[in-house]
Amino acid sequence: MAQPEAIIELRDIHKSFGAQKVLDGLSLLVPRGRITVIIGRSGGGKSVILKHMIGLIKPDRGQVLVDGQDIRPLDDREINQLRKRFGMLFQDAALFDSMTVFENVAFPLREHSRFNEKKIREVVEEKLGLVGLTGHGDKMPSQLSGGMRKRAGLARAIALEPEIILFDEPTTGLDPLMTDAINRLIKNTQAKLGITAVVISHDIQGAFQVAHQIAMLHQGRIIASGSPEAIRDSDDAVVQQFIHGRAEGPIEVL
Amino acid sequence: MHGLEQAGEILLLLVQTALWLLRPPWRMRLVFKQMEFVGVKSLNVTILTGAFTGGVFALQTYHGFSLFGAESLVGSTVALALARELGPVLTSLMVTGRAGSAMAAELGTMRVTEQIDALYVMAVNPVQYLVLPRVVASVVMLPLLTIVADFVGIMGGYVVGVHLLGINAGIFVAKIIEYVDPEDIMQGLFKAAIFGLILSLVGCFKGFYTYGGAEGVGRATTEAVVLASVTILAADYVLTALMF
Ligand SMILES: Nc1ncnc2c1ncn2[C@@H]1O[C@H](COP(=O)(O)OP(=O)(O)OP(=O)(O)O)[C@@H](O)[C@H]1O
Ligand SMILES: [Mg+2]
Repeated sequence: MAQPEAIIELRDIHKSFGAQKVLDGLSLLVPRGRITVIIGRSGGGKSVILKHMIGLIKPDRGQVLVDGQDIRPLDDREINQLRKRFGMLFQDAALFDSMTVFENVAFPLREHSRFNEKKIREVVEEKLGLVGLTGHGDKMPSQLSGGMRKRAGLARAIALEPEIILFDEPTTGLDPLMTDAINRLIKNTQAKLGITAVVISHDIQGAFQVAHQIAMLHQGRIIASGSPEAIRDSDDAVVQQFIHGRAEGPIEVL
Repeated sequence: MHGLEQAGEILLLLVQTALWLLRPPWRMRLVFKQMEFVGVKSLNVTILTGAFTGGVFALQTYHGFSLFGAESLVGSTVALALARELGPVLTSLMVTGRAGSAMAAELGTMRVTEQIDALYVMAVNPVQYLVLPRVVASVVMLPLLTIVADFVGIMGGYVVGVHLLGINAGIFVAKIIEYVDPEDIMQGLFKAAIFGLILSLVGCFKGFYTYGGAEGVGRATTEAVVLASVTILAADYVLTALMF
């Protein structure tokens, strides 16, 4: 069977929390081996989209397809098989606070690789180096700054070099230099390994740097998606207002 | 949440835990870590509880029994009460306050900070990773702690009865040996294992389903202690009625 062009497909997803409708008929194609950046307003449901992709949240209606297969009917074992192909950076990093940074990054390796202790140490040191945390492996997460926690979470997400990586705001809270470094890291990792990345970002400039595809979430749907150029030249007033960060326009800000 | 619904969900968690018991990987390191936490670190509080309970029980029974000249039975009464009731129940209640609450707080914090979600994402089942080691450790350690409580409690009773109240030491010990069957002790230990199951399962359940930030963690912790304590006392009645 030929693999579908889109590695992840969200089809007409509806999701409410109580009375609040967050996703309202959202559809999105995530192309294989590309970086897709999702932009949209704070509280708009971007993190919720990401959690749908990995089955942490189930849609009220609609389908999530990975490699063309609906993930809803999968049983425990099958969903775990699927999740081993993913890495995820949570918005608040979600580091295990009872473990050191080193152990956090080593966790997926210990669980799912056959590496021996020496190899694990090597890989962890390498990943910590990639995110600028060399020498911080022995610290507990509570001893890190917010940005350092985020980078530790990033190192954990890429530790197994999974096929699909979901990044929830990898650069939020980082200084401009580190932001650029992390954007480059995502871009280089993707290019080197040919993986698929889905990135949520509020950093519009960075989004245009790293993305192959940009998708904009607005009022529970993807209202525009396409190459960075296509988004930049979009004649949708909502998109234009958002990427230029203006308070005036069709989107009511307050 | 309705009581019945909640009971159902706790039973469901028990079934899941039991199923994971049969499926590798068995995380012995985590089990040992929890055994240390539940067992070794509860030793002080168990010893204190046991000693004072035995002591005060000797004091009380002495006052009653001396009215009709049955002081010689103080030792065996203290020992029986400890072995069958006070040892397992008081130990379990103390461990609930110490470790059951900590389980709820720890898992609750992991829930609200998405660490439990992170486990799911990394294809590690949190029931297997978090709940199973705590339940196994509690079921194993509670009987051991109860042995300690029983023993120290009898020592406490001995100190009060023999040294303070002047009961003959030989008679005190002889009556214990005469009246306390190994079966009394075993049934007490069986109870303790069940109580260990209850306190860990309830603690993990409340933590696992925590919602609503720091306040939610606080609520989960309180609810875990209250629910586990009440359930232990109710189960104690049922078990006693069935066994003796
Ligand atoms: N588990 C949940 N229970 C109830 N409501 C939720 C839950 N998760 C998300 N929501 C609601 O869904 C909406 C979207 O949340 P989400 O975290 O996806 O926003 P976001 O786009 O990621 O925002 P930000 O850019 O600030 O991270 C919010 O209004 C939030 O209150
Ligand atoms: Mg978010």
